[in-house]
Amino acid sequence: MRLVNFAQADYITIGAYALVVPTASVTPPLLLGALPTAVMIGGVLLVVVVLALLTERLAFRPLRNSNPSTLLISSFAVSYFLQNLVMLIHTGRPKSVGIGQSLANAVEIGGVRVPGVQLLTMGVTAGLLVALVFFLKKTPLGIQMRAAAENFQMARLLGMPANRVIALAFAISGLLGGAVSLLLTIQTGTLDLRMGLMPVVYGFFATVIGGMGSLPGAALGGFLVGVASVLLQTYLPADLRPFRDAGVFTLVILILLVRPQGLIVTSAAKERV
Amino acid sequence: MKSKTMPSFAAIGRFWLPVLALVVPLALIVTVTGQFGGLSLQRTVIEMLISIVIVVGLYVFVGNSGVISFGHATFVAIAAYASAWQTCCEMLKPITMAGLPPFLRDQSIPLLPSAIVSVLLAGAAAFLTGLVIMRLTGLAASISTLAVLFILNVVYSNWDSVTMGSASIVGLPTYVTAWLALACAVLAIVIAYLYQISAFGLAIRATREDEVAAAASGISLYWSRLIAFTLSGFMVGLGGVLLAHYLGTVSINNFFLSFTFLALAMLIVGGMGSLAGAVVGVVVITAMVDIFRRLEGGISIGGQQWSLPAGTQELIIAAFMLLILVFRKDGIMAGREIGLPEQAQREKGLING
Repeated sequence: MRLVNFAQADYITIGAYALVVPTASVTPPLLLGALPTAVMIGGVLLVVVVLALLTERLAFRPLRNSNPSTLLISSFAVSYFLQNLVMLIHTGRPKSVGIGQSLANAVEIGGVRVPGVQLLTMGVTAGLLVALVFFLKKTPLGIQMRAAAENFQMARLLGMPANRVIALAFAISGLLGGAVSLLLTIQTGTLDLRMGLMPVVYGFFATVIGGMGSLPGAALGGFLVGVASVLLQTYLPADLRPFRDAGVFTLVILILLVRPQGLIVTSAAKERV
Repeated sequence: MKSKTMPSFAAIGRFWLPVLALVVPLALIVTVTGQFGGLSLQRTVIEMLISIVIVVGLYVFVGNSGVISFGHATFVAIAAYASAWQTCCEMLKPITMAGLPPFLRDQSIPLLPSAIVSVLLAGAAAFLTGLVIMRLTGLAASISTLAVLFILNVVYSNWDSVTMGSASIVGLPTYVTAWLALACAVLAIVIAYLYQISAFGLAIRATREDEVAAAASGISLYWSRLIAFTLSGFMVGLGGVLLAHYLGTVSINNFFLSFTFLALAMLIVGGMGSLAGAVVGVVVITAMVDIFRRLEGGISIGGQQWSLPAGTQELIIAAFMLLILVFRKDGIMAGREIGLPEQAQREKGLING
C-alpha cells in the first residue's frame, strides 16, 4: 500500500507499556507481565494487533485513495496521537520492568559467551522471517497481499478482498511490532515513551534502501544498516562514537542517491506514466 | 492613457490583494492585543507570528513542490544555534562552549549582523543538503529529509564542546517584540508570494501537479526544487533566529519531531496548496493550542475548578489534523488564495486552460 507507517513505533511502545499497570510510579506493578509467560506473550501480541487494526480502520482506511505523502503525514499524526496518549496514561517518566530475567544469563557456545536474550532474539527473528516468507509465498492470502502491493487496482478487479487483505497486513505488522516490544523490554528492562522510535526509524531506512515492496530487500537493508552501525561503533575513534547514528543515516542518503528505488527494485516500485 | 504606461492603483491593489488580505488582519491582531490584551495573550501572538515565518518558509518548499519535508527543523536549529554562538552569554561561553573558534568564543557579535549571518548559514545548509536530496523524488526524498533531521539531532546533541549537548543554552538577548515579529512575518509572506508568482514558482507548481508533464515541458525538477528548498531554508532560518531570541534559550530537543509535527500540522490544516492556507493554519492551530493549554491550566466555571489533564492539547491537535486529512484533504483553504471573485475565476481559467 506504499504506506510508511510512523505509528509502528508506537505499536511497539504501547505493546511494552501493556505489561504494566498505568501509574506514575517508576517501578510499576505488572499487569500483563504478571501472567504466565504464554498468556503474557499472547496478551501483548493481541493488544498490539488490535491497536494496529484500530488505527487502520479509523485513520488509514478513509485515506486509502490518497497519495503517499498524505498517508505519510497521516501516520505521523497517528504516531503523535498515540505517543501523547501513552504519556497521558502512563506519564512521561521512563520506568523499569523486569520480565524474563532468567534469559539475561550468558550461555556459552563453543567458547563464545552470548547472553540468552540475544539467542532468543536471533531465534525469534529467524522464525518470524521464515514464517513471513512462507505466508507471503505459499498461502492464498499472502499471494493476494503481494498482488495488492504490486498493482492495487488490478488486484481488486480480479476479486481481491481489499479491506481484508490490508487489515491483515496491518495485523501482521502489529504482530511483528508486538514481538519487537517483548524482545526489547526483555533486553533493556526499561520502558520509555520513545523506545519504539529508533528501531522503527532504522527499520524505515532499511526498507527504503532495500527497496520498498520487496521482502528480501527489507532483510538486506536491515543487515546493511545493522552491520554499518556495528562497524562504525567498533572502528570509529572513541570521541566520534556518539555520532555513529549520524554516520548510518548519511549512508542511507548516499545509497538512495545511487539507487533511488532501493537496492532490490520490484516491478511495483517503477513509476508509471 | 496613464493606465497603459504604468499600472493603475486598482491593478496594483489586485496584484497585492492576496498579501494584504493576510497582512492586514495580522497587523490588526497585533495592534488590538498590544492595546487591550494581557501579557500571556501578547506572548501567544508573538509565538504565532514566529510560527508564521517558519510555516510560510516550509510552505515555500512543501506547498509549491508537493514533496513533504521532515527536515526543515534542521535549518531552524542551525540558525538558532548559530545566533546563540554569536550573541549569547559572553562570560560563560569560554567555559560552556569551549570548542568554539576563538573569534566566536571570546566576543559577542552585534545583533543585526549575527542574525544575518545565522540566516545565511541556514540557507547555505539548505542549499548543500538540497544539492544531494533534491536528486530524489517522492517518498525517498521525504525519508531522506527525515534522515537529515536525525543526523543533525545526533550531531548537535553529542557535540558537547560547542552545542552543550542536549542541555539548553540560556541567556540569549531577547529582543523580539510583537512588531518585529510582525515585520518578519510580513517579509516572509511577501517573499513567498513574489516567489510563487515568479517564473520559478510557476515552474515548481507545475511539477507539483504532474512531474512528467512538467519535465516534458522543459522544467528541471532538480533545479526548481533546489531553488525552493534553499529559499525555504533561508526563511525557516529567519524563524529560527526569531525563536531563539524570543525564548532566550536554545535546546536541540526543541527542534525535533514534536516541532516538525506541529509545523507540518499547521501547514496541512490550513492547506498546503496556498500561501493563505499556511497562514490560516498557523492562526487556527495556535488558537487551539492556546485555548487547550489554558483549559489544561484550569478555569473556573460556576465556582468550580475545571481542568483537562495535561497532554489533552496534543491529542486534540493530532485528532483534528487526522479529521482534516480525512474530511477536507486540501485543508481549510483548499489551495485557494484570498482574492476578488473575478480574480479567482481568472486563476481557475489559467489552471484549467
